[in-house]
Amino acid sequence: MKPLEDYLIVDFSQFLSGPSAALKLADMGARVIKIEKPGTGDICRHLYTSNVIMNGESSVFHAINRNKESFAADLKNENDKKQIAELLKKADVVMHNFRPGVMERLGFDYATVKKLNPNVIYGEISGYGDTGPWRDKPGQDLLLQSLTGLTWLSGNAGGPVPMGLSIVDMLAGNQLAQGILACLVRRTISGEGALVQVSMLESAIDFQFEAITTYYYDGKLPERSEKNNAHAYLGAPYGIYQTADGYMALAMGSISQLGTLLSCDELLAYTEVAQAFALRDEIKTILAAHLLTNTTKHWLDILLAADIWCAEVLSWDKLMNEDGFKVLDMIQEVQMSDGYRYRTTRSPISIDGEHFTSAKGSPKLGEDNDTITKQLIGYGN
Amino acid sequence: MKPLEGILVLEFAQFMAAPTAGLRLADLGARVIKIERPVKGEAGRQIAIRNIFVDGSSLVFHTINRNKESYAADLKDPADLEHIKKLIAKADIITHNFRPGVMEKIGLDYESVRAINPRIVYGVVTGYGSKGPWALRPGQDLLIQSLSGLAYLSDTHDAGPVPFGLATADMICGAHFVQGLLAALLKRAKTNSSVLVEVSLLESVLDLQFEVITTYLNDGGKLPQRSGVKGNGHPYLSAPYGIYQTSDSYLSLAMGDLHQIGDSLGVDLRAFADKNSWFDHRDEIMHIIAKQIATQTTVYWLDKLESEGIWCAEVLTYEQTLQHEGYQAQGMKQEVTLPDGSLLSTTRCPIRINGQRLYSAKAAPRPGADTDLINQQFELA
Repeated sequence: MKPLEDYLIVDFSQFLSGPSAALKLADMGARVIKIEKPGTGDICRHLYTSNVIMNGESSVFHAINRNKESFAADLKNENDKKQIAELLKKADVVMHNFRPGVMERLGFDYATVKKLNPNVIYGEISGYGDTGPWRDKPGQDLLLQSLTGLTWLSGNAGGPVPMGLSIVDMLAGNQLAQGILACLVRRTISGEGALVQVSMLESAIDFQFEAITTYYYDGKLPERSEKNNAHAYLGAPYGIYQTADGYMALAMGSISQLGTLLSCDELLAYTEVAQAFALRDEIKTILAAHLLTNTTKHWLDILLAADIWCAEVLSWDKLMNEDGFKVLDMIQEVQMSDGYRYRTTRSPISIDGEHFTSAKGSPKLGEDNDTITKQLIGYGN
Repeated sequence: MKPLEGILVLEFAQFMAAPTAGLRLADLGARVIKIERPVKGEAGRQIAIRNIFVDGSSLVFHTINRNKESYAADLKDPADLEHIKKLIAKADIITHNFRPGVMEKIGLDYESVRAINPRIVYGVVTGYGSKGPWALRPGQDLLIQSLSGLAYLSDTHDAGPVPFGLATADMICGAHFVQGLLAALLKRAKTNSSVLVEVSLLESVLDLQFEVITTYLNDGGKLPQRSGVKGNGHPYLSAPYGIYQTSDSYLSLAMGDLHQIGDSLGVDLRAFADKNSWFDHRDEIMHIIAKQIATQTTVYWLDKLESEGIWCAEVLTYEQTLQHEGYQAQGMKQEVTLPDGSLLSTTRCPIRINGQRLYSAKAAPRPGADTDLINQQFELA
């Protein structure tokens, strides 16, 4: 039995943040119905990455929206709105990621939905919260990275370097999923519904809570190392280094101990703990030159035997050939209603030893209208 | 009332991933008790960034472990272990992140614990899952990033692997852990019996990449191609996505209609006629845009581009972000009170419930700070 079996989620959200939360809940057993605009649907259907088109739609749409149903409805059409209202009465969770004010105009804001369904859990993701001067800015990942200081942490010292995926969307989706689940737990006890709100801004700040707490404490901005930076606040050796045949990551070890283990005499001089941070550029320069002289395997064999935290650096092709990856069974194949099949990842959460897989691919726009109308809305078109 | 009030969590976990989950549960209303070895406490107390310690523990520890209690117990001491077992009998959730085999040796593995408490939710965080050749390797953030392919998404293609400059795997895994634990409480509400929840840093950081891994799995196995232009924001997105230097700072430009963006910037980009060319020729296009943006100030471009509906933002440092009204309006800063009465500033939980922001003034506990009180309350000794 999946933990969220029998839960119905009506999801008005688009793009990545909201839909990624709904995917997590779907994989844990919830029935998720996407409400999509007739004709175009979730804009993400045609938001392509590297020009890849799968079965007429974007690869990212297929990744985010598998294991869901699609109900096409025009939120400005009175008849469609009545149908949606019927659906909302049966929902356990309703969620959206429109900008502040949009759901109020459409008549599906929390206050209105709560009248239809008093113990509903209503979740929303905004870009920047519902107050303040950023309220109406587009809630877009790179803009959030830029406004929250996140671009000064990765890469070597120099200009800003964004994190190369939609990290803030993913974080906000994960926060929303947590908030919704917490309120569902309370509902099993007290029967109460709830409004759950998260923003990409709050999520991006929370992600940086260690660094921001440090800034509040010492007022000093993050300083990335000149070379081999992996964390602006950590000393040598923390970083990724090139070897004779690839790259390796090194996450700890006192500098003089590394000098001994790696037979790098120059490092033996760094005997004081504080030097690892204060002189990290100098130390990393010596270490980088030394690690270039032999293979990744050579170094890892020495360091892993001494229980030093290190690893090879893999690209996906190499990773997927490793037994350590294969044993996870992380890749699944799913199938759309027209028979189109594609491979994607599964849910990262396991419960009672079960990986949550699902063979259901992403829905065609509006493909479930008839079924949903019959099952949940109660009258035909 | 906070949603998880009445839920009792015992946290045997150390370092970051699982304790961040404990923090989230605490902020959502659960009572979280850290089970720590006497005197020294959990190992994370000694792991500092910039060597900052507060009240005897690292500032990082304080950031992750506020709003929790601490119970000191030596799990190898039979008397202490008996107390812990009595406490487990009253708990809803226990969490740990020991390497496979450790809890078996202590006698607190899942089978033993469910014999004590048949309704327990038992949560485990590992680095790489519990089987396979990597299961006993250290589950450390940088190593997981390095093995998972994540290091090939940020910065330029000639930069080598570039990790995300924060404990990204820990943070995302902590968020997945919370979701699994809460879903398990929902399952328990139906079955009235214990539930095992497992997550790993590696699965979580693969899930973080699910959009781009799905693209990789369906585009013939093409590895990510990072742009050669410094500041680019995403290996799979077309020009102009990235950060550009202005005459006085930096500006980020998200996706949009390239021709319209060119018009707003005052450069004719119509030679790049079809959308595919915006990806295929992105470096060339980004160089043209960079040259133009460098001629004016950030404010000049923001005024012009925002008024024309182009998605853009200034690039802020913590100093600028934390003083910005857009940040301050969210009330993200909160203060906790240390034992000597002094205040420590940090950030709050990013989830709002029924319009309420969740604050707590309770600082991280000293090791064993609550042992006596807990002994009394639960009649343990």
